[in-house]
Amino acid sequence: MTSLVVLDFDATGIKQPARSAIAAAAKLGEVHVLIAGNAVGDAPAAAAKIAGVSKVLVADDASLTHELAETTAALLVSLAPAYSHILQAATAAGKNTIPRAAALLDVQVISDISDVIDADTFVRPIYAGNALATVKSSDSKKLITVRASSFDPAAAEGGSAAIETVAVPAAGTSSKYLSSELSKSERPELTAAKIIVSGGRGMQNGENFTKLIDPIADKLGAAVGASRAAVDAGYVPNDYQVGQTGKIVAPQLYIAIGISGAIQHLAGMKDSKVIVAINKDEDAPIFQVADYGLVADLFTALPELEKAL
Amino acid sequence: MKLLVAVKRVVDYNVKVRVKSDKTGVETAGVKQSMNPFDEIAVEEAIRLKEKGIATEIVAVSVGVTQAQETIRTALAMGADRGILVETDVAVEPLAVAKLLKAIAEKEGAELIILGKQAIDDDFNATGQALAALLGWPQGTFASKVEIADGKATVTREVDGGLETVELKLPAVITADLRLNEPRYASLPNIMKARKKQIDIVKPADLGVDVTPRLTIVSVAEPPGRKAGIKVPDVATLVDKLRNEAKVI
Ligand SMILES: Cc1cc2nc3c(=O)[nH]c(=O)nc-3n(C[C@H](O)[C@H](O)[C@H](O)COP(=O)(O)OP(=O)(O)OC[C@H]3O[C@@H](n4cnc5c(N)ncnc54)[C@H](O)[C@@H]3O)c2cc1C
Repeated sequence: MTSLVVLDFDATGIKQPARSAIAAAAKLGEVHVLIAGNAVGDAPAAAAKIAGVSKVLVADDASLTHELAETTAALLVSLAPAYSHILQAATAAGKNTIPRAAALLDVQVISDISDVIDADTFVRPIYAGNALATVKSSDSKKLITVRASSFDPAAAEGGSAAIETVAVPAAGTSSKYLSSELSKSERPELTAAKIIVSGGRGMQNGENFTKLIDPIADKLGAAVGASRAAVDAGYVPNDYQVGQTGKIVAPQLYIAIGISGAIQHLAGMKDSKVIVAINKDEDAPIFQVADYGLVADLFTALPELEKAL
Repeated sequence: MKLLVAVKRVVDYNVKVRVKSDKTGVETAGVKQSMNPFDEIAVEEAIRLKEKGIATEIVAVSVGVTQAQETIRTALAMGADRGILVETDVAVEPLAVAKLLKAIAEKEGAELIILGKQAIDDDFNATGQALAALLGWPQGTFASKVEIADGKATVTREVDGGLETVELKLPAVITADLRLNEPRYASLPNIMKARKKQIDIVKPADLGVDVTPRLTIVSVAEPPGRKAGIKVPDVATLVDKLRNEAKVI
């Protein structure tokens, strides 16, 4: 029984969520990984070093440049016969591609697993994480996306896997990449950060994020996140959103500032090790999950916090 | 251009669900049910395309129990033209929903299908992708902006690093993210009008689709609870606790 894990990577290397997906696959048996892209550079060599990987498949082709679901799914179908399980982290790319590949294989995808019970049985959160369903699949092959925050990433070093080039099927596609608008930041990525400082509607505007949250994040080496309300209001870009429909995170420390604690927000952060809430409303639901709650006006508390760090 | 929207009846997003004591699922009896919020956004987008003269007819499709007709009525009251209910008591999984939608799309000659990106009950985030796969159509998932012109859809997608724009040759499947639009409320006159709009009822077998689930639910459990901690009086105490008690900074 061998699993294939599709790796998320970019010019900076293999993404941490991809190593969590490898950790999930390692519970099932032998692990091969796939690097699919165009001019993939050092990625295959980096993948070969990840602990627990026995083979790296490389699909390097112009048609795979922007990880369009149509072409990647067709590639996965061509590789599928050799594998019992095909997994990818539940990143935007994984959520786009894996369900498509699953349907092409007549398989019901198992989305966002948080635990592996056995080769057929997995745990996945439902209802915004308010319930955990254990499901057993009767499909002969399993296609899976992995909730990265639920699995400690496989070590980046320690392996020495073989690297093998695979053929890319010619897939005519009626989908074309046009452009991206990516947020630039020197800070760690939300899904890899040890500390996250998040702001909500209580921040009132984007300037206050820059003026009050950024300096604290800088001192802590933290990533900056946000509630949906803060994103919808345009204070920060969409990729900051934490929650049921944003990013799922579980850092060592999550600081929620001016966030009320709606279930959809809690769904994305309640597995954090330590949660701090700063809110002026002492009845805000966020305090029900916070290890340390500070009832205060954020406009006085944040400058004080920055000074104290 | 004929447009299909898929709408699902789910436990309302404001309800804090409770796991049943026999661990077979969550309590849905007597719990408020509404249209999946992402599907409302899909319906709104469809209506806007009709208002712009791009869509000619909007068919709202739901798969589910008899009461899912109410969800279709909501879509009709918002502005969809007619409805189709694929009636079944089975909790149909995304792959089978996609098969049913494919059969309807082919019958209706739809050129664009808009769905919510995920249902807030099972949180699969899969039906649109599966439907696009089965039809062999391109997909624009997690859309925050859609423009249709010259037989193409230009879709801006919410991705992990920000936004990405793709161009899809129609026919295509689009799944709606939160920021695509703000759905309208149905006005009273439109709610009245919707009562007269047609809803056809079909069974999965009529469409030749086997909806037997591939996943069996072994159990549904409550997630490990998180206890409220303590309130700290001031910033100095907070920093001290984080340094010396939790040791996270
Ligand atoms: C389908 C669906 C999906 C969703 N997905 C997500 C998701 O992924 N992520 C997400 O976050 N939300 C999501 N939501 C939205 C969610 O329901 C809430 O609306 C949202 O999380 C609220 O954001 P907030 O806490 O910033 O705003 P509010 O609820 O308005 O809370 C603002 C808080 O700031 C406090 N505050 C105000 N001023 C100050 C001050 N000066 N000092 C200190 N505190 C102050 C207030 O006391 C209040 O508690 C979703 C909703 C739906 C329907």
